[in-house]
Amino acid sequence: MNANLEQIKQEIIAGAEELNSSKEVYEFKKKFLDGKAGKIGLLMKEMKNIPPEQRADYGKGVNELKEWALGFLGELDEKMKAKELQARYEAEKIDISLPSVESEEGNLHPITLVRNQLIDIFSGMGFEIYEGAEIETDYYNFTALNTPQDHPARDMQDTFYLSPEFLLRTQTSAGQIHVMEKQQPPIKILSPGKVFRSDDDATHSPMFTQMEGLVVDKGITLCDLQGMLDVFVKKIYGEGTKTRLRPSYFPFTEPSVEVDCSCFE
Amino acid sequence: MITPLSWLKEYVDIDVTPQELEEKLFSCGFEVEELYEVGKDISKVVVGHVLTCEAIPDTHLHVCQVDCGEHGTFQICCGADNVCAGGKFPVALVGATVYATAKDHKTVEGVMTIGKGKLRGYESHGMLCSGVELGVSENMYPGAGYNGLLVLPEDAKIGADVKPMLGLDDWIFDIAITANRPDCQSIFGIAREVAAVLEKELKMPDLSYTETDATLEGFKVTVDCPDLCPRYSAHYVTDVKIGESPAWMKRRLALVGIDAISNVVDITNYILKELGQPMHAFDLSTLEGNAINVRRANDGEKIVTLDEQELTLTNANMLICDGVKPVALAGVMGGLNSEIRETTSAVLFESAKFARDNIRRTSRALGKRSDSSARYEKGVDEYATVMAMKRALHLIEELDCGKVSCMHVDVNTGNSVEPRELTVSIDKVNKCLGIVVPNEDILRIMKNLAFEPKIDGDTLTLQVPAFREDMETYQDVAEEVIRMYGYEHVVPAFMPSAQVTIGGLNLTQKSELRLKKALCSVGAYECIHYSFFSPSDLDLLRLPEDAVERKAIRLVNPISEELSLMRTTLAASMINAVARNQKKGNLEGRLFEIGNVFMPYELPLTQYPDEKPRLCVGIFGEKESFYTMKGIAEKIADTLQVKFTYENMSNTFLHPYQTAKVLCEGVEVGYFGKLAYDIADECDLRTPMFIMEMDLKVLSQWYGKKPVFTPLPRFAEEKRDLAIVVSKDVTCGQLEAVMKDACKYITNITLFDIYEGEQIAADKKSMAFTVVFTPKDEAFTAESVDGFVKKILKQLGKNFEAELRS
Repeated sequence: MNANLEQIKQEIIAGAEELNSSKEVYEFKKKFLDGKAGKIGLLMKEMKNIPPEQRADYGKGVNELKEWALGFLGELDEKMKAKELQARYEAEKIDISLPSVESEEGNLHPITLVRNQLIDIFSGMGFEIYEGAEIETDYYNFTALNTPQDHPARDMQDTFYLSPEFLLRTQTSAGQIHVMEKQQPPIKILSPGKVFRSDDDATHSPMFTQMEGLVVDKGITLCDLQGMLDVFVKKIYGEGTKTRLRPSYFPFTEPSVEVDCSCFE
Repeated sequence: MITPLSWLKEYVDIDVTPQELEEKLFSCGFEVEELYEVGKDISKVVVGHVLTCEAIPDTHLHVCQVDCGEHGTFQICCGADNVCAGGKFPVALVGATVYATAKDHKTVEGVMTIGKGKLRGYESHGMLCSGVELGVSENMYPGAGYNGLLVLPEDAKIGADVKPMLGLDDWIFDIAITANRPDCQSIFGIAREVAAVLEKELKMPDLSYTETDATLEGFKVTVDCPDLCPRYSAHYVTDVKIGESPAWMKRRLALVGIDAISNVVDITNYILKELGQPMHAFDLSTLEGNAINVRRANDGEKIVTLDEQELTLTNANMLICDGVKPVALAGVMGGLNSEIRETTSAVLFESAKFARDNIRRTSRALGKRSDSSARYEKGVDEYATVMAMKRALHLIEELDCGKVSCMHVDVNTGNSVEPRELTVSIDKVNKCLGIVVPNEDILRIMKNLAFEPKIDGDTLTLQVPAFREDMETYQDVAEEVIRMYGYEHVVPAFMPSAQVTIGGLNLTQKSELRLKKALCSVGAYECIHYSFFSPSDLDLLRLPEDAVERKAIRLVNPISEELSLMRTTLAASMINAVARNQKKGNLEGRLFEIGNVFMPYELPLTQYPDEKPRLCVGIFGEKESFYTMKGIAEKIADTLQVKFTYENMSNTFLHPYQTAKVLCEGVEVGYFGKLAYDIADECDLRTPMFIMEMDLKVLSQWYGKKPVFTPLPRFAEEKRDLAIVVSKDVTCGQLEAVMKDACKYITNITLFDIYEGEQIAADKKSMAFTVVFTPKDEAFTAESVDGFVKKILKQLGKNFEAELRS
């Protein structure tokens, strides 16, 4: 091999020892391999000074040197880059137990969340959502629901009155009559909404949210009620939840039941 | 309804445990709210026989050796004055629980456990007990009221548990009675249900008595208001001897919380509890005119009731009068003038049915409640009215406190006490339930409930007892059948025969939910506030006297003044919420609420008010500004696919120069701005607050607007930054409008800097915009965009004397 070529090779090997970063590798490489510039590129320009019979060997030698240099420095570059990446990661070591940065997202009120959940369940059963007015008449809240003036069932609810005729609804049932007056069966409505009773203590709020369903159609039975309630509690409280119907009394339903559902195993 | 088990057992052989009975009652519609043993706090108290009793010198104490039979013989120190050798007393053994009493030995101060003690150097292994310490009153056990040891009978078995002896092993059921079952507002009424559910025989109370020949010549009962008093019966009792009731009666009354007074009065109270019929006894010698007259009171008429209160009545109240004067406020309370006294020798018993709504109204209006009025309010039936009179007369004989005359007057407006017939289709009953209850079960159930059922084909014929006024239709029958047959027989189904319906939210509901989610996405949290607010909230907002918000609907009976008006704005609740947050140290945040405001058309209400859904947003913190709130408004506009425009405005509670009216297609939809500083100070706000309110009813006309999709531009867009120098009072909006007008290719204008200062004239400002030009049919050339800019600058120059900043 041409002594010159060997010298360059040694120069590269020796020089590489001194390199400490991929940037230095890049600069170093440029010194030798930069298209037609660079020391190896310049060797090609020497070709015209080489006797013709040696030219083939010389060209081969330069090419070999070039291939070798590309491989050698490329490997070095990769090693350097891997080292640098590792160093960069290490520099960014953090304490993952530090508090999180809060996201900017707000949230719906828990009542809305539950309400949406219930609406979802009953929408799937074919229920429309009907939201009645918060201010109702005595007629729609009581009388039309079999609870005339001075009916003892009125004792069950302490009503906020706005005038002798108008009041704050004590139950979403007030909306049932409005719907049935306007709509022909089949009727399937779910009525969520704010209701009001004049209690205010640790366990009572004068305003709270109720949700009720009404189905009017031919052939609807108590079994359907139980079936729908079963689905509802299972979706809300989990598959293992059981319901129990317990006889009770409401002026506007017959038969009347309270629904209990299991909460502990 | 407080129901002692021992009393129930008089009418039904109960062979199940109290807990089993509770479960049975529960399953047939009677919730036992509380079940407890009368002596639940007493344990390990036995009969002790005092063998020796020696005084401890210089004290009131005695040291006794007490034989407690199988438990052993103990030395016990005792301070009671009636302790004596040979006597038998209750002994609380070491480890026993009894009531602790105060120094007066009468007031119970909780439960204590007996331990070994030492008094004046004498060891004491237990305690001899008084009635109070065992929770036994004089009425529950004769002698128990003595302020000393409770003396047990000589034949009491030494070492035996005292609880059965004193009735402390009895159980109390506190049963909730639903409003449709007034017939169960009595021990006997509940016994009827117990008999049915246990399938046992119901034993009737003894109603027998013998009448004498005595009568009251010419005595008349008249009812002037049959609508309020469908039935009035009176019976005369002679040779009355007022005295104490027997121990058994006093004990039962005590168990249900009634103090014994005298035999005749106790009989009326006993029957109220036993049969659920209020009764009244008049001292006959106080009645004048040989008559009873039931009538409406005159307006302004007065009566003094038993509790010595003078009441002024109206025509809505009902009075029982003799021939001359009122003697009782019907159904509520007797008159002082005719009450039973020790000297009473003749009595007129009253058993009547009064209209429940009249008694309820009277009782409420006069603020006067009694066991009687409480009972009438729930409704009594005439079956009980008749039975009660017989039972009272029987008890007069049984207690030997008078003679039953033959003078009985009964004014009946024609209502029957006989069973009435009800015929229903069995098929309908089963179709209501969704299951087929076997006919033999229907027969059995209805028979147990005393309906004397008969089945003929599909027809079920029932004899409805007079006390079951609630039974009218096949649904009622279905309910009776299923509550006794058991709800566990109901098989879950899923509307197999119903028509398919399409459910889900309507457009308004969907849009409101989308708005809520959009607000969450900009970091706002949803709140729900009361629909009512305070008059002081209107003052907080500095609203003028004639403001529409002040015309709020007032609650007749609010919880408090703070919650006395229906909201006419959501702003006040939001300000208060932010104030509460800041008080708790939360100095920044974003909140929103969707709720109704209530705008009356007139006051007082004569028609439904306008209930309008509103959206209110409250944001606070050093990072917030008018423009962050404007960003939220833009978010709302984007969500609804609309464009908002803004105009300056002012109101009483916002910053005069940082408030905007929000318009959508020229229609006012709301406002937002910075909370006025005086209000912020009043609420102790430590960071700035901005508030927005929008009328969703108005906005709802744009709900459901379809989004418009445009393809990406085919040719490259061009951007130019223009810094425009204008007079300080020119607004960004004005400049943008003119620019857009000047060139149809402008698709976006973004302000990125405002500069005022040395480099430009003092009365000027520089506003720097990035203007985006989007080509339509062909690509721009460099020259064409320069041309647009030139045109824009020309228009700006013309309108605002604007110049390009050099």
